[in-house]
Amino acid sequence: MTEQIAQGTWVEIHRIVLAPGERAPQVPEDTRSVPLEMRVKGFLAEPACLGEEAEIETPAGRRVRGKLVEVNPAYTHGFGPPIRELSTIGTEVRAILRKREGHR
Amino acid sequence: MTQEPSYQEIMAQRAEIMKTSVGLDYARYAQGALAFDYEGLLADTGYDIETACGVQRRTAVGHTPLVELENITELVRVMAEPGKGASIFVKDEAANPSGSFKDRRASLSVYEAKKRGYPGVAAATSGNYGAAVASQAAKLGLPCIIVQEAFDSQGLAQPEIAEKTRACEGYGAEVIRLSVGPELFYVFLRVLKETGYFNASLYTPFSILGIETLGYELAGQVKTLTGRFPDVVIATHAGGGNVTGTARGLRAAGAVDTQMMGASVDLSGLHMASDRDFNRKSFTTGHTGFSIPFTTWPDRADVPRNAARPLRYLDRFVSVTQGEVFYITQLLAELEGLQRGPAGNTSLAAAFAIARELDEDRIVVVQETEYTGAGKHPIAQLNLAKRLGIEVKRGDPRENKPGQRIVIPEHPAQIEVTDVDLDHLRRSYLRHALDSLPKDQALSEVDLEFLAAETRSSRDYVLEVIDEIHRKTR
Repeated sequence: MTEQIAQGTWVEIHRIVLAPGERAPQVPEDTRSVPLEMRVKGFLAEPACLGEEAEIETPAGRRVRGKLVEVNPAYTHGFGPPIRELSTIGTEVRAILRKREGHR
Repeated sequence: MTQEPSYQEIMAQRAEIMKTSVGLDYARYAQGALAFDYEGLLADTGYDIETACGVQRRTAVGHTPLVELENITELVRVMAEPGKGASIFVKDEAANPSGSFKDRRASLSVYEAKKRGYPGVAAATSGNYGAAVASQAAKLGLPCIIVQEAFDSQGLAQPEIAEKTRACEGYGAEVIRLSVGPELFYVFLRVLKETGYFNASLYTPFSILGIETLGYELAGQVKTLTGRFPDVVIATHAGGGNVTGTARGLRAAGAVDTQMMGASVDLSGLHMASDRDFNRKSFTTGHTGFSIPFTTWPDRADVPRNAARPLRYLDRFVSVTQGEVFYITQLLAELEGLQRGPAGNTSLAAAFAIARELDEDRIVVVQETEYTGAGKHPIAQLNLAKRLGIEVKRGDPRENKPGQRIVIPEHPAQIEVTDVDLDHLRRSYLRHALDSLPKDQALSEVDLEFLAAETRSSRDYVLEVIDEIHRKTR
Protein backbone atom coordinates (compact mmCIF):
# COMPACT_ATOMS: atom_id res chain seq x y z
CA MET A 1 0.00 0.00 0.00
CA THR A 2 1.35 3.45 -0.88
CA GLU A 3 1.92 5.86 1.93
CA GLN A 4 -0.54 8.72 2.28
CA ILE A 5 0.96 12.18 1.87
CA ALA A 6 -0.16 14.56 4.58
CA GLN A 7 -2.47 17.48 3.94
CA GLY A 8 -0.51 20.73 3.63
CA THR A 9 2.53 19.09 1.97
CA TRP A 10 4.02 21.04 -0.99
CA VAL A 11 3.42 18.84 -4.04
CA GLU A 12 3.06 18.86 -7.81
CA ILE A 13 0.05 17.61 -9.73
CA HIS A 14 -0.17 16.69 -13.39
CA ARG A 15 -3.05 16.53 -15.78
CA ILE A 16 -3.80 16.29 -19.48
CA VAL A 17 -5.41 19.53 -20.70
CA LEU A 18 -5.95 18.49 -24.32
CA ALA A 19 -5.69 14.95 -25.70
CA PRO A 20 -3.86 14.50 -29.04
CA GLY A 21 -7.19 14.59 -30.91
CA GLU A 22 -8.19 17.90 -29.31
CA ARG A 23 -5.12 19.96 -30.25
CA ALA A 24 -5.45 23.27 -32.12
CA PRO A 25 -5.59 23.00 -35.92
CA GLN A 26 -2.46 25.14 -36.52
CA VAL A 27 -0.20 22.91 -34.40
CA PRO A 28 2.53 21.00 -36.32
CA GLU A 29 2.30 17.23 -36.68
CA ASP A 30 4.82 16.27 -33.96
CA THR A 31 3.03 18.44 -31.39
CA ARG A 32 -0.43 17.28 -32.47
CA SER A 33 0.49 13.65 -31.82
CA VAL A 34 1.11 14.30 -28.11
CA PRO A 35 -1.22 15.69 -25.41
CA LEU A 36 -1.02 19.19 -23.92
CA GLU A 37 0.13 18.51 -20.37
CA MET A 38 -0.03 20.73 -17.30
CA ARG A 39 1.94 20.68 -14.05
CA VAL A 40 1.09 22.90 -11.08
CA LYS A 41 2.50 23.03 -7.55
CA GLY A 42 0.67 23.80 -4.35
CA PHE A 43 -0.21 22.59 -0.86
CA LEU A 44 -2.11 19.31 -0.72
CA ALA A 45 -5.72 20.09 0.25
CA GLU A 46 -6.55 16.58 1.55
CA PRO A 47 -4.30 13.58 2.28
CA ALA A 48 -3.61 11.62 -0.95
CA CYS A 49 -1.31 8.94 -2.36
CA LEU A 50 1.27 9.39 -5.09
CA GLY A 51 -0.18 8.52 -8.49
CA GLU A 52 -3.74 9.18 -7.36
CA GLU A 53 -6.13 12.06 -8.06
CA ALA A 54 -5.55 14.89 -5.58
CA GLU A 55 -6.47 18.51 -4.95
CA ILE A 56 -4.03 21.30 -4.17
CA GLU A 57 -4.32 24.89 -3.06
CA THR A 58 -1.93 27.00 -5.12
CA PRO A 59 0.01 30.03 -3.79
CA ALA A 60 -2.60 32.21 -5.53
CA GLY A 61 -5.33 30.43 -3.52
CA ARG A 62 -6.83 28.42 -6.37
CA ARG A 63 -7.99 24.83 -5.94
CA VAL A 64 -6.68 22.61 -8.76
CA ARG A 65 -7.13 18.84 -9.23
CA GLY A 66 -4.82 16.40 -10.96
CA LYS A 67 -2.68 13.30 -10.47
CA LEU A 68 -0.27 13.65 -7.56
CA VAL A 69 3.15 13.18 -9.18
CA GLU A 70 5.76 14.68 -6.86
CA VAL A 71 6.23 15.47 -3.19
CA ASN A 72 8.31 18.56 -2.39
CA PRO A 73 9.58 18.71 -6.00
CA ALA A 74 13.22 19.73 -6.36
CA TYR A 75 14.67 22.44 -8.58
CA THR A 76 17.15 20.37 -10.57
CA HIS A 77 18.28 22.87 -13.23
CA GLY A 78 21.89 23.90 -12.97
CA PHE A 79 24.94 24.34 -15.16
CA GLY A 80 26.53 20.95 -15.78
CA PRO A 81 30.19 20.48 -16.61
CA PRO A 82 32.20 23.37 -18.11
CA ILE A 83 32.05 23.61 -21.90
CA ARG A 84 35.42 22.95 -23.53
CA GLU A 85 34.49 25.11 -26.56
CA LEU A 86 34.07 28.17 -24.27
CA SER A 87 36.86 27.61 -21.80
CA THR A 88 39.79 29.03 -23.79
CA ILE A 89 38.07 32.11 -25.26
CA GLY A 90 39.18 34.43 -22.45
CA THR A 91 42.83 33.44 -22.79
CA GLU A 92 42.68 33.86 -26.56
CA VAL A 93 41.27 37.38 -26.54
CA ARG A 94 43.54 38.55 -23.72
CA ALA A 95 46.47 37.43 -25.87
CA ILE A 96 45.13 39.50 -28.78
CA LEU A 97 44.86 42.56 -26.52
CA ARG A 98 48.39 42.06 -25.10
CA LYS A 99 49.79 41.88 -28.61
CA ARG A 100 48.20 45.26 -29.38
CA GLU A 101 49.67 46.75 -26.20
CA GLY A 102 53.10 45.51 -27.35
CA HIS A 103 52.75 47.33 -30.69
CA ARG A 104 51.98 50.69 -29.12
CA MET B 1 -10.75 24.51 -13.39
CA THR B 2 -13.47 22.24 -12.10
CA GLN B 3 -15.69 22.59 -15.15
CA GLU B 4 -13.95 21.87 -18.41
CA PRO B 5 -14.88 24.43 -21.05
CA SER B 6 -13.64 23.16 -24.42
CA TYR B 7 -10.95 24.80 -26.52
CA GLN B 8 -13.52 26.06 -29.04
CA GLU B 9 -15.81 27.35 -26.29
CA ILE B 10 -13.09 29.40 -24.63
CA MET B 11 -11.59 30.71 -27.87
CA ALA B 12 -15.05 31.95 -28.87
CA GLN B 13 -15.12 34.05 -25.67
CA ARG B 14 -11.65 35.43 -26.31
CA ALA B 15 -12.63 39.05 -27.07
CA GLU B 16 -14.88 39.34 -24.04
CA ILE B 17 -12.35 37.78 -21.64
CA MET B 18 -9.63 40.07 -23.00
CA LYS B 19 -11.72 43.20 -22.61
CA THR B 20 -12.57 42.40 -19.00
CA SER B 21 -9.05 41.34 -18.07
CA VAL B 22 -7.16 44.24 -19.66
CA GLY B 23 -9.82 46.83 -18.85
CA LEU B 24 -9.31 48.62 -22.17
CA ASP B 25 -11.97 49.05 -24.80
CA TYR B 26 -9.85 48.62 -27.92
CA ALA B 27 -12.94 49.05 -30.14
CA ARG B 28 -13.00 52.74 -29.14
CA TYR B 29 -9.79 53.31 -31.10
CA ALA B 30 -10.88 51.67 -34.36
CA GLN B 31 -10.72 53.85 -37.45
CA GLY B 32 -11.48 53.00 -41.08
CA ALA B 33 -11.51 49.34 -42.09
CA LEU B 34 -8.36 48.28 -40.28
CA ALA B 35 -6.68 51.37 -38.85
CA PHE B 36 -6.69 52.36 -35.20
CA ASP B 37 -5.59 55.40 -33.22
CA TYR B 38 -2.26 54.08 -31.90
CA GLU B 39 -1.12 57.28 -30.21
CA GLY B 40 -4.57 57.77 -28.69
CA LEU B 41 -4.52 54.26 -27.22
CA LEU B 42 -1.19 55.00 -25.55
CA ALA B 43 -1.99 58.56 -24.47
CA ASP B 44 -5.31 57.65 -22.83
CA THR B 45 -3.50 55.55 -20.22
CA GLY B 46 -2.39 58.85 -18.68
CA TYR B 47 1.28 57.84 -18.41
CA ASP B 48 3.93 60.17 -19.69
CA ILE B 49 7.58 59.42 -18.96
CA GLU B 50 7.62 61.39 -15.74
CA THR B 51 4.53 59.63 -14.36
CA ALA B 52 5.91 56.23 -15.40
CA CYS B 53 9.24 57.06 -13.70
CA GLY B 54 7.36 58.00 -10.53
CA VAL B 55 5.56 54.65 -10.40
CA GLN B 56 8.77 52.76 -11.16
CA ARG B 57 10.76 54.58 -8.50
CA ARG B 58 8.35 53.28 -5.83
CA THR B 59 9.45 49.71 -6.54
CA ALA B 60 13.13 50.51 -7.26
CA VAL B 61 12.75 49.91 -10.99
CA GLY B 62 15.02 51.77 -13.39
CA HIS B 63 17.92 54.19 -12.93
CA THR B 64 20.29 51.38 -13.82
CA PRO B 65 23.99 52.08 -14.49
CA LEU B 66 25.40 52.72 -17.94
CA VAL B 67 28.69 50.85 -18.23
CA GLU B 68 31.40 51.55 -20.80
CA LEU B 69 32.81 48.29 -22.16
CA GLU B 70 36.36 49.57 -22.59
CA ASN B 71 38.10 46.24 -23.06
CA ILE B 72 35.59 44.95 -25.60
CA THR B 73 35.85 48.28 -27.44
CA GLU B 74 39.63 47.88 -27.43
CA LEU B 75 39.26 44.41 -28.96
CA VAL B 76 36.96 45.85 -31.66
CA ARG B 77 39.66 48.41 -32.49
CA VAL B 78 42.32 45.71 -32.86
CA MET B 79 40.27 44.29 -35.72
CA ALA B 80 38.99 47.55 -37.22
CA GLU B 81 40.58 49.68 -39.93
CA PRO B 82 42.60 52.62 -38.49
CA GLY B 83 40.26 55.30 -37.12
CA LYS B 84 37.35 52.85 -36.87
CA GLY B 85 35.88 51.13 -33.82
CA ALA B 86 33.09 52.91 -31.95
CA SER B 87 32.82 52.87 -28.15
CA ILE B 88 30.37 50.29 -26.80
CA PHE B 89 28.27 50.98 -23.69
CA VAL B 90 25.75 48.73 -22.00
CA LYS B 91 22.78 49.64 -19.83
CA ASP B 92 23.01 47.23 -16.91
CA GLU B 93 19.33 46.41 -16.61
CA ALA B 94 20.19 43.35 -14.52
CA ALA B 95 20.25 45.86 -11.65
CA ASN B 96 16.43 45.97 -11.65
CA PRO B 97 14.65 44.17 -8.77
CA SER B 98 13.98 40.88 -10.58
CA GLY B 99 17.09 41.11 -12.73
CA SER B 100 15.96 42.41 -16.11
CA PHE B 101 14.38 45.34 -17.97
CA LYS B 102 11.11 43.40 -17.83
CA ASP B 103 10.49 45.06 -14.44
CA ARG B 104 9.81 48.25 -16.38
CA ARG B 105 7.15 46.45 -18.44
CA ALA B 106 5.55 44.83 -15.41
CA SER B 107 5.55 47.87 -13.14
CA LEU B 108 2.81 49.96 -14.76
CA SER B 109 0.62 46.88 -15.41
CA VAL B 110 0.70 45.66 -11.83
CA TYR B 111 0.24 49.21 -10.54
CA GLU B 112 -2.85 49.58 -12.78
CA ALA B 113 -4.20 46.19 -11.64
CA LYS B 114 -3.94 47.31 -8.02
CA LYS B 115 -5.38 50.76 -8.69
CA ARG B 116 -8.37 49.37 -10.57
CA GLY B 117 -9.13 46.81 -7.86
CA TYR B 118 -8.41 43.59 -9.75
CA PRO B 119 -8.09 40.64 -7.32
CA GLY B 120 -4.73 39.57 -8.83
CA VAL B 121 -2.51 39.57 -11.93
CA ALA B 122 -1.77 36.88 -14.49
CA ALA B 123 0.66 36.70 -17.39
CA ALA B 124 1.41 34.17 -20.10
CA THR B 125 5.19 34.13 -20.38
CA SER B 126 8.08 31.69 -20.07
CA GLY B 127 10.67 34.43 -19.71
CA ASN B 128 11.99 37.11 -17.37
CA TYR B 129 8.67 38.89 -17.68
CA GLY B 130 7.02 36.29 -15.44
CA ALA B 131 9.55 36.94 -12.70
CA ALA B 132 9.04 40.69 -13.18
CA VAL B 133 5.24 40.46 -12.82
CA ALA B 134 5.61 38.14 -9.82
CA SER B 135 8.10 40.52 -8.19
CA GLN B 136 5.92 43.59 -8.72
CA ALA B 137 2.83 41.67 -7.52
CA ALA B 138 4.69 40.63 -4.38
CA LYS B 139 5.60 44.25 -3.64
CA LEU B 140 2.03 45.47 -4.22
CA GLY B 141 0.43 42.58 -2.33
CA LEU B 142 -1.48 41.01 -5.23
CA PRO B 143 -1.70 37.28 -5.91
CA CYS B 144 -0.05 36.28 -9.19
CA ILE B 145 -0.37 33.43 -11.69
CA ILE B 146 2.22 32.84 -14.42
CA VAL B 147 1.50 30.44 -17.30
CA GLN B 148 4.62 29.00 -18.93
CA GLU B 149 5.41 26.77 -21.88
CA ALA B 150 8.03 24.84 -19.95
CA PHE B 151 8.72 21.24 -21.02
CA ASP B 152 8.47 18.89 -24.00
CA SER B 153 6.52 15.63 -24.34
CA GLN B 154 9.48 13.75 -22.81
CA GLY B 155 9.06 15.89 -19.67
CA LEU B 156 12.39 17.61 -20.41
CA ALA B 157 12.31 21.19 -19.15
CA GLN B 158 14.14 23.97 -20.99
CA PRO B 159 16.75 24.92 -18.32
CA GLU B 160 16.29 28.66 -18.71
CA ILE B 161 12.53 28.33 -18.24
CA ALA B 162 13.10 26.02 -15.23
CA GLU B 163 15.01 28.92 -13.66
CA LYS B 164 12.09 31.28 -14.38
CA THR B 165 9.74 28.77 -12.71
CA ARG B 166 11.96 28.87 -9.63
CA ALA B 167 12.17 32.67 -9.72
CA CYS B 168 8.39 33.11 -10.01
CA GLU B 169 7.72 30.60 -7.24
CA GLY B 170 10.37 32.38 -5.18
CA TYR B 171 8.26 35.55 -5.39
CA GLY B 172 5.22 33.58 -4.19
CA ALA B 173 3.47 33.19 -7.54
CA GLU B 174 1.50 30.20 -8.77
CA VAL B 175 3.19 28.79 -11.86
CA ILE B 176 1.21 26.73 -14.35
CA ARG B 177 3.72 24.80 -16.42
CA LEU B 178 2.59 23.44 -19.77
CA SER B 179 4.05 21.25 -22.48
CA VAL B 180 4.68 22.73 -25.94
CA GLY B 181 1.94 24.36 -27.98
CA PRO B 182 0.09 27.60 -28.72
CA GLU B 183 -2.94 26.28 -26.79
CA LEU B 184 -1.21 27.83 -23.80
CA PHE B 185 -3.41 30.77 -24.72
CA TYR B 186 -6.52 28.63 -24.08
CA VAL B 187 -5.28 27.73 -20.59
CA PHE B 188 -4.42 31.38 -19.96
CA LEU B 189 -7.91 32.54 -21.01
CA ARG B 190 -9.44 29.93 -18.71
CA VAL B 191 -7.36 31.23 -15.81
CA LEU B 192 -8.39 34.83 -16.54
CA LYS B 193 -12.04 33.86 -16.75
CA GLU B 194 -11.94 31.78 -13.57
CA THR B 195 -10.01 34.29 -11.44
CA GLY B 196 -11.01 37.69 -12.81
CA TYR B 197 -7.35 38.67 -12.62
CA PHE B 198 -5.77 41.49 -14.61
CA ASN B 199 -4.05 40.33 -17.80
CA ALA B 200 -0.55 41.78 -17.46
CA SER B 201 0.09 41.12 -21.15
CA LEU B 202 3.48 42.01 -22.61
CA TYR B 203 1.67 43.94 -25.31
CA THR B 204 -0.64 46.39 -23.53
CA PRO B 205 0.07 50.14 -23.64
CA PHE B 206 1.21 49.91 -19.97
CA SER B 207 3.90 47.43 -20.87
CA ILE B 208 5.27 49.54 -23.73
CA LEU B 209 5.05 52.86 -21.86
CA GLY B 210 7.01 51.23 -19.03
CA ILE B 211 9.97 50.71 -21.42
CA GLU B 212 10.02 54.31 -22.61
CA THR B 213 11.84 55.21 -19.40
CA LEU B 214 14.72 52.94 -20.51
CA GLY B 215 15.33 54.82 -23.75
CA TYR B 216 14.85 58.14 -22.00
CA GLU B 217 17.33 57.37 -19.18
CA LEU B 218 19.87 55.93 -21.57
CA ALA B 219 19.85 59.02 -23.79
CA GLY B 220 20.38 61.24 -20.76
CA GLN B 221 23.18 59.10 -19.33
CA VAL B 222 25.09 59.03 -22.61
CA LYS B 223 24.68 62.78 -22.99
CA THR B 224 25.93 63.47 -19.46
CA LEU B 225 28.90 61.18 -19.93
CA THR B 226 29.97 62.13 -23.46
CA GLY B 227 28.23 65.41 -24.21
CA ARG B 228 26.01 63.97 -26.93
CA PHE B 229 23.39 61.38 -27.74
CA PRO B 230 24.32 57.84 -28.85
CA ASP B 231 24.73 57.17 -32.56
CA VAL B 232 23.26 53.67 -32.44
CA VAL B 233 21.13 51.91 -29.82
CA ILE B 234 20.72 48.16 -30.24
CA ALA B 235 17.87 46.23 -28.64
CA THR B 236 17.47 42.48 -28.61
CA HIS B 237 14.35 42.03 -30.69
CA ALA B 238 11.63 39.44 -30.08
CA GLY B 239 8.00 40.52 -29.64
CA GLY B 240 8.78 44.14 -30.53
CA GLY B 241 8.20 45.82 -27.17
CA ASN B 242 11.84 46.43 -26.44
CA VAL B 243 12.43 48.16 -29.79
CA THR B 244 9.18 50.14 -29.62
CA GLY B 245 9.47 51.39 -26.03
CA THR B 246 13.19 52.17 -26.25
CA ALA B 247 12.82 54.09 -29.52
CA ARG B 248 9.91 56.11 -28.13
CA GLY B 249 11.92 56.95 -25.03
CA LEU B 250 14.90 58.06 -27.12
CA ARG B 251 12.67 60.34 -29.16
CA ALA B 252 11.08 61.78 -26.05
CA ALA B 253 14.57 62.62 -24.77
CA GLY B 254 15.35 64.43 -28.01
CA ALA B 255 17.69 61.78 -29.40
CA VAL B 256 15.92 61.91 -32.76
CA ASP B 257 19.02 61.16 -34.86
CA THR B 258 19.96 58.04 -32.92
CA GLN B 259 19.69 54.93 -35.08
CA MET B 260 17.37 52.30 -33.55
CA MET B 261 18.56 48.83 -34.34
CA GLY B 262 16.98 45.46 -33.53
CA ALA B 263 19.07 42.29 -33.22
CA SER B 264 17.82 38.71 -33.08
CA VAL B 265 19.44 35.30 -32.88
CA ASP B 266 18.91 33.49 -36.15
CA LEU B 267 16.79 30.39 -35.48
CA SER B 268 15.73 29.78 -39.06
CA GLY B 269 14.71 26.19 -39.75
CA LEU B 270 13.22 25.58 -36.30
CA HIS B 271 9.45 25.58 -35.77
CA MET B 272 8.25 27.56 -32.77
CA ALA B 273 5.28 25.28 -32.00
CA SER B 274 7.17 22.04 -32.53
CA ASP B 275 7.50 19.68 -29.58
CA ARG B 276 10.71 18.27 -31.08
CA ASP B 277 12.34 21.65 -31.75
CA PHE B 278 11.40 23.13 -28.35
CA ASN B 279 14.59 22.11 -26.55
CA ARG B 280 16.79 22.35 -29.66
CA LYS B 281 16.60 26.16 -29.91
CA SER B 282 19.20 26.88 -27.19
CA PHE B 283 17.57 30.31 -26.87
CA THR B 284 14.17 31.00 -25.39
CA THR B 285 13.72 34.54 -26.69
CA GLY B 286 15.40 37.32 -28.66
CA HIS B 287 15.28 35.08 -31.70
CA THR B 288 13.88 35.29 -35.22
CA GLY B 289 11.15 32.77 -34.34
CA PHE B 290 9.45 35.63 -32.48
CA SER B 291 10.85 38.75 -34.10
CA ILE B 292 9.99 38.01 -37.74
CA PRO B 293 6.32 37.06 -37.15
CA PHE B 294 5.78 39.87 -34.63
CA THR B 295 7.41 42.48 -36.88
CA THR B 296 5.37 41.47 -39.90
CA TRP B 297 2.11 41.19 -37.94
CA PRO B 298 2.12 42.58 -34.37
CA ASP B 299 -1.57 41.86 -33.79
CA ARG B 300 -0.95 38.14 -33.37
CA ALA B 301 -0.46 38.98 -29.68
CA ASP B 302 -2.69 38.15 -26.69
CA VAL B 303 -4.44 41.55 -26.84
CA PRO B 304 -6.60 42.88 -29.72
CA ARG B 305 -4.17 45.68 -30.60
CA ASN B 306 -0.50 45.23 -29.84
CA ALA B 307 1.10 48.38 -28.45
CA ALA B 308 4.49 47.06 -29.64
CA ARG B 309 4.78 47.98 -33.31
CA PRO B 310 8.46 47.56 -34.24
CA LEU B 311 8.26 48.40 -37.95
CA ARG B 312 7.35 51.96 -36.95
CA TYR B 313 10.68 52.33 -35.15
CA LEU B 314 13.32 50.04 -36.65
CA ASP B 315 16.04 51.82 -38.61
CA ARG B 316 17.97 48.59 -39.09
CA PHE B 317 17.36 44.94 -38.16
CA VAL B 318 20.15 42.38 -38.02
CA SER B 319 20.58 38.77 -37.01
CA VAL B 320 23.52 37.00 -35.37
CA THR B 321 24.19 33.30 -34.89
CA GLN B 322 23.79 31.23 -31.71
CA GLY B 323 27.54 30.56 -31.54
CA GLU B 324 28.37 34.27 -31.81
CA VAL B 325 26.11 35.07 -28.86
CA PHE B 326 27.69 32.37 -26.69
CA TYR B 327 31.14 33.67 -27.66
CA ILE B 328 30.34 37.29 -26.78
CA THR B 329 28.78 36.18 -23.47
CA GLN B 330 32.18 34.75 -22.59
CA LEU B 331 33.92 38.01 -23.61
CA LEU B 332 31.57 40.07 -21.43
CA ALA B 333 32.44 37.89 -18.44
CA GLU B 334 36.18 37.59 -19.00
CA LEU B 335 37.00 41.06 -20.37
CA GLU B 336 34.46 43.21 -18.53
CA GLY B 337 33.80 41.22 -15.37
CA LEU B 338 30.08 41.04 -16.08
CA GLN B 339 28.32 37.67 -16.10
CA ARG B 340 25.05 38.58 -17.74
CA GLY B 341 22.56 37.33 -20.23
CA PRO B 342 21.59 35.59 -22.39
CA ALA B 343 19.10 38.20 -23.74
CA GLY B 344 21.16 41.40 -23.99
CA ASN B 345 24.12 39.52 -25.38
CA THR B 346 22.36 39.11 -28.70
CA SER B 347 22.56 42.90 -29.14
CA LEU B 348 26.09 42.87 -27.76
CA ALA B 349 27.20 40.44 -30.48
CA ALA B 350 25.61 42.76 -33.04
CA ALA B 351 27.22 45.82 -31.38
CA PHE B 352 30.62 44.16 -31.62
CA ALA B 353 30.25 43.82 -35.40
CA ILE B 354 28.59 47.22 -35.94
CA ALA B 355 31.14 49.17 -33.85
CA ARG B 356 33.87 47.87 -36.13
CA GLU B 357 32.28 49.62 -39.14
CA LEU B 358 31.87 52.97 -37.36
CA ASP B 359 34.35 55.77 -36.64
CA GLU B 360 36.17 55.77 -33.29
CA ASP B 361 34.25 58.79 -31.99
CA ARG B 362 30.88 57.08 -32.45
CA ILE B 363 28.85 55.59 -29.61
CA VAL B 364 26.94 52.32 -29.70
CA VAL B 365 24.69 51.36 -26.78
CA VAL B 366 23.43 47.90 -25.95
CA GLN B 367 20.28 48.80 -24.04
CA GLU B 368 19.96 45.81 -21.67
CA THR B 369 21.60 43.10 -19.67
CA GLU B 370 19.79 40.48 -17.61
CA TYR B 371 20.78 38.40 -14.59
CA THR B 372 22.42 35.09 -15.28
CA GLY B 373 22.47 31.96 -13.17
CA ALA B 374 21.59 28.27 -13.04
CA GLY B 375 19.82 27.20 -16.22
CA LYS B 376 20.14 30.52 -18.01
CA HIS B 377 23.81 30.35 -18.88
CA PRO B 378 25.71 29.19 -22.00
CA ILE B 379 27.05 26.21 -20.05
CA ALA B 380 23.52 24.97 -19.27
CA GLN B 381 22.28 25.54 -22.83
CA LEU B 382 25.29 23.95 -24.50
CA ASN B 383 25.18 20.90 -22.21
CA LEU B 384 21.51 20.44 -23.14
CA ALA B 385 22.34 20.90 -26.83
CA LYS B 386 25.07 18.24 -26.64
CA ARG B 387 22.73 15.87 -24.80
CA LEU B 388 20.20 16.21 -27.62
CA GLY B 389 22.81 15.40 -30.23
CA ILE B 390 23.48 18.93 -31.45
CA GLU B 391 27.11 19.35 -32.52
CA VAL B 392 28.99 22.07 -30.62
CA LYS B 393 32.32 23.14 -32.09
CA ARG B 394 34.71 26.03 -32.69
CA GLY B 395 34.85 27.26 -36.27
CA ASP B 396 33.33 29.66 -38.77
CA PRO B 397 30.03 30.93 -37.33
CA ARG B 398 28.59 31.00 -40.89
CA GLU B 399 28.41 27.21 -40.55
CA ASN B 400 26.10 27.49 -37.54
CA LYS B 401 22.84 25.59 -38.19
CA PRO B 402 20.11 25.99 -35.54
CA GLY B 403 19.06 22.67 -34.04
CA GLN B 404 21.95 20.81 -35.66
CA ARG B 405 25.25 22.60 -35.15
CA ILE B 406 26.34 25.44 -32.88
CA VAL B 407 29.57 26.96 -34.09
CA ILE B 408 31.48 29.11 -31.59
CA PRO B 409 33.81 31.54 -33.42
CA GLU B 410 37.55 30.86 -33.32
CA HIS B 411 38.41 34.54 -33.51
CA PRO B 412 36.52 37.73 -32.61
CA ALA B 413 36.94 39.01 -36.18
CA GLN B 414 34.50 36.31 -37.30
CA ILE B 415 31.58 38.02 -35.55
CA GLU B 416 29.33 39.56 -38.20
CA VAL B 417 25.75 40.65 -38.54
CA THR B 418 23.35 39.66 -41.29
CA ASP B 419 20.91 42.37 -42.30
CA VAL B 420 17.25 41.44 -42.28
CA ASP B 421 15.67 43.19 -45.28
CA LEU B 422 13.21 45.74 -43.85
CA ASP B 423 11.56 46.27 -47.21
CA HIS B 424 10.75 42.58 -47.37
CA LEU B 425 9.23 42.81 -43.86
CA ARG B 426 7.17 45.87 -44.84
CA ARG B 427 5.71 43.99 -47.80
CA SER B 428 4.99 41.00 -45.60
CA TYR B 429 3.28 43.30 -43.08
CA LEU B 430 1.09 44.77 -45.82
CA ARG B 431 0.13 41.27 -47.02
CA HIS B 432 -0.99 40.43 -43.49
CA ALA B 433 -2.91 43.71 -43.28
CA LEU B 434 -4.78 42.93 -46.51
CA ASP B 435 -5.55 39.43 -45.21
CA SER B 436 -7.11 41.01 -42.11
CA LEU B 437 -9.33 43.35 -44.12
CA PRO B 438 -12.99 42.31 -43.76
CA LYS B 439 -14.30 40.99 -47.11
CA ASP B 440 -17.03 43.61 -47.50
CA GLN B 441 -14.78 46.60 -46.75
CA ALA B 442 -12.34 48.69 -48.74
CA LEU B 443 -9.33 50.70 -47.60
CA SER B 444 -10.08 54.35 -46.90
CA GLU B 445 -7.72 57.33 -46.72
CA VAL B 446 -7.32 56.86 -42.96
CA ASP B 447 -6.29 53.23 -43.54
CA LEU B 448 -3.67 54.23 -46.11
CA GLU B 449 -2.25 56.81 -43.73
CA PHE B 450 -2.19 54.22 -40.97
CA LEU B 451 -0.44 51.62 -43.13
CA ALA B 452 2.16 54.20 -44.19
CA ALA B 453 2.84 55.01 -40.52
CA GLU B 454 2.96 51.33 -39.63
CA THR B 455 5.59 50.64 -42.29
CA ARG B 456 7.41 54.00 -42.00
CA SER B 457 6.78 54.55 -45.66
CA SER B 458 4.45 56.69 -47.73
CA ARG B 459 0.92 56.46 -49.06
CA ASP B 460 2.40 55.89 -52.54
CA TYR B 461 4.59 53.02 -51.32
CA VAL B 462 1.60 51.38 -49.64
CA LEU B 463 -0.53 51.71 -52.80
CA GLU B 464 2.27 50.37 -54.96
CA VAL B 465 2.82 47.29 -52.79
CA ILE B 466 -0.91 46.61 -52.48
CA ASP B 467 -1.22 46.83 -56.25
CA GLU B 468 1.66 44.35 -56.61
CA ILE B 469 0.03 41.93 -54.17
CA HIS B 470 -3.27 42.15 -56.04
CA ARG B 471 -1.59 41.52 -59.38
CA LYS B 472 0.16 38.45 -57.98
CA THR B 473 -2.98 36.96 -56.47
CA ARG B 474 -5.16 37.62 -59.50
